[in-house]
Amino acid sequence: MGLSLQHIDKILGREIHLKDVNLEFESGSRTVILGRTLAGKTSLLRVMAGLDRPSRGKIIVNGKNVTGASVRKRSVAMVYQQFINYPSLSVYKNIASPLKIAGVKKTEIERQVHEAAEMLHIEDLLDRLPAELSGGQQQRVAIARALVKDAELLLLDEPLVNLDYKLREELRVELQDIFKKGKAIVVYTTTEPTEALMLGGNIVVIDEGRILQTGSTAIVYRHPATLKVAKVFSDPPINYLKGTIQGDTARIGQHIEFPIEDYMKCLFDGSYMFSVRSNHLFLSRNAKEDAEIPAKVELTEINGSETFIHANYDGSRMVVQEKGVRSVHIGVEITIYVNPHYFFVYDGAGALVASPSGGVFDAKLK
Amino acid sequence: MARIELNEIAHSYMAKPKGESDYALKRIHNVWDDGSAFALLGPSGCGKTTLLNIISGLITPSKGRVLYDGKDVTELPPEKRNIAQVFQFPVLYDTMSVFNNLAFPLRNRGIHETQVKKRVLEVAEALDLTPFLNMRAAGLAADAKQKISLGRGLVRSNVAAILFDEPLTVIDPQMKWDLRRKLKEIHEQLMQTFIYVTHDQVEALTFADQVGVMFEGEIVQIGSPQDLFEKPEHRFVGYFIGSPGMNFLECTLEGNVARVDGAGIVLDEQIAAKGHRARGKLELGIRPIYLEIHAESANGMVPADVRAVEDLGSYKIVTLTLAGKTLKANLPEDQPVPEGQVWLGFPPQWTKLFADGWLIK
Repeated sequence: MGLSLQHIDKILGREIHLKDVNLEFESGSRTVILGRTLAGKTSLLRVMAGLDRPSRGKIIVNGKNVTGASVRKRSVAMVYQQFINYPSLSVYKNIASPLKIAGVKKTEIERQVHEAAEMLHIEDLLDRLPAELSGGQQQRVAIARALVKDAELLLLDEPLVNLDYKLREELRVELQDIFKKGKAIVVYTTTEPTEALMLGGNIVVIDEGRILQTGSTAIVYRHPATLKVAKVFSDPPINYLKGTIQGDTARIGQHIEFPIEDYMKCLFDGSYMFSVRSNHLFLSRNAKEDAEIPAKVELTEINGSETFIHANYDGSRMVVQEKGVRSVHIGVEITIYVNPHYFFVYDGAGALVASPSGGVFDAKLK
Repeated sequence: MARIELNEIAHSYMAKPKGESDYALKRIHNVWDDGSAFALLGPSGCGKTTLLNIISGLITPSKGRVLYDGKDVTELPPEKRNIAQVFQFPVLYDTMSVFNNLAFPLRNRGIHETQVKKRVLEVAEALDLTPFLNMRAAGLAADAKQKISLGRGLVRSNVAAILFDEPLTVIDPQMKWDLRRKLKEIHEQLMQTFIYVTHDQVEALTFADQVGVMFEGEIVQIGSPQDLFEKPEHRFVGYFIGSPGMNFLECTLEGNVARVDGAGIVLDEQIAAKGHRARGKLELGIRPIYLEIHAESANGMVPADVRAVEDLGSYKIVTLTLAGKTLKANLPEDQPVPEGQVWLGFPPQWTKLFADGWLIK
């Protein structure tokens, strides 16, 4: 199956929920939609499902225009953030319900329900009612029901957001395996960069109803085409500093100066934004070409294996993600070391103009 | 502000609890010092919310006493305990302005209006809410609303403690960094007693000086983030903290070598000696970041097979099999990705031994 969204707008009154969305999905593909709260992720899923009609544009399934066709006429399963189950039905009946509606034979229903329950580790709970289950178990029931439906399009709207951190970590791994086995188009929304990376596949970065970038998840992570994408796709928040390039020298603020890297040589003299992720900043020198950033510590956070040092340079807030436990006190002056070959360079409009992995810049801009 | 003592607390939701399994909280016996930032971390169903409700007075425990600065408050309802609470979802008056929302807990207690104004402006400034003070709460985004909820919790300066129940769950990842930072700054300024309940290890560990990890109605370990990571006293702490969690391998001991099927892993001698005297199932535990992957064999290394490599941007997670068991290792971004057969190094200082789930030390 192929699904194509062409020039989709969704506008309610003066509010733009989606603007000129163009996307293609193929059978068996896995796509993560990454965006902040209210970026348009749910609006996009609802339009894809046929729950909402777009204000403009077409939805093509297998070459056929289905824009406006009711959700009941489409092969779609959807899992919502807030788990939805039939409260008066047992877990077994909850999972079986789409099969029963489709008129599947009883023995076949039994086989499929057990198969899905086993996959999601809820086979011991089949006789219980949803209210007797924990949140994580209820969401597994909702996912199992969506899976047995065996729809061509499986949409999951931040399905793990209300679950425990550890359970989320485990379900993410399991879901990946389940998705790989199926032929459905799987579309999964999240606000979390780490979750997007764990799910792999392809990514669509969305903000304010507009698609900012699409491509393979790992490639987009390493080539955020705009500063906005870099911000949405970085946790801890990405650091960015205003600077200039003049000849072979880059300058950032009053104190930082370094010879430009080879991949920056294509740039004209002028003002740029130099952006670097927290894990590429260090409290000690690693190489002789490291640039030094004098900064003042504002806060440190220790998570057991890593320390996040929040510091200020020239009015810009920075976060250093160091391995191990470092006790750095608030107010102390420190030097942050960064190897210039980690800088993404953005122009005044926020477009990526030089990227550390050099010429292989194949991320697609839309 | 107060020192909070939990004295032999146990709680069951059943009218006539029989065995231990009928208790949501089995035994909690702790003291939390005045002015500390304390987090309770655990999965849903571990009893952390029950414990928070006992501290706030929403629940009277089946057994034990709660003391605030030595005074028994076990039977007192929340409003008589002088505490502030912040919940998972924003609790505020939509039709009121942000200012009036923040002022409400103060006005409610008859605080003089000049004092109210001073305090509201302080809290608004700390939370970056000043530009919104005259706006109605209804029109604001989810994170701004939750900031108002936080502000309502923080606005009274004389409370015994501020209790936070998963306050950042509905907040975007980027905004979480900001709000966590705010909370921490405010704690450093005010030094009030903060008790923070969450299932999110990053929140608990970055926020608190001391974290209590809860599992099946008990606090299995209280420690600094570093202790919990490096010296987990119980296998649950090893599993729950860290992402992915600690690797565990069932083993037997021969001298100071732990045997995992055919493979032999050298342990610290003192730990191995104690292991010989310990009872119950022995397991070796190592964090994924300490497990070394090498292409070539060297002394003390054991062979394993690479099953999968996941790219998480700043590092990779490698899934390996060793004697039929699955292990995970973290690989820094700049290291070459291994394939096929590799050799694993278990640094003795990071290779822990557990007997029946408890750390041998």
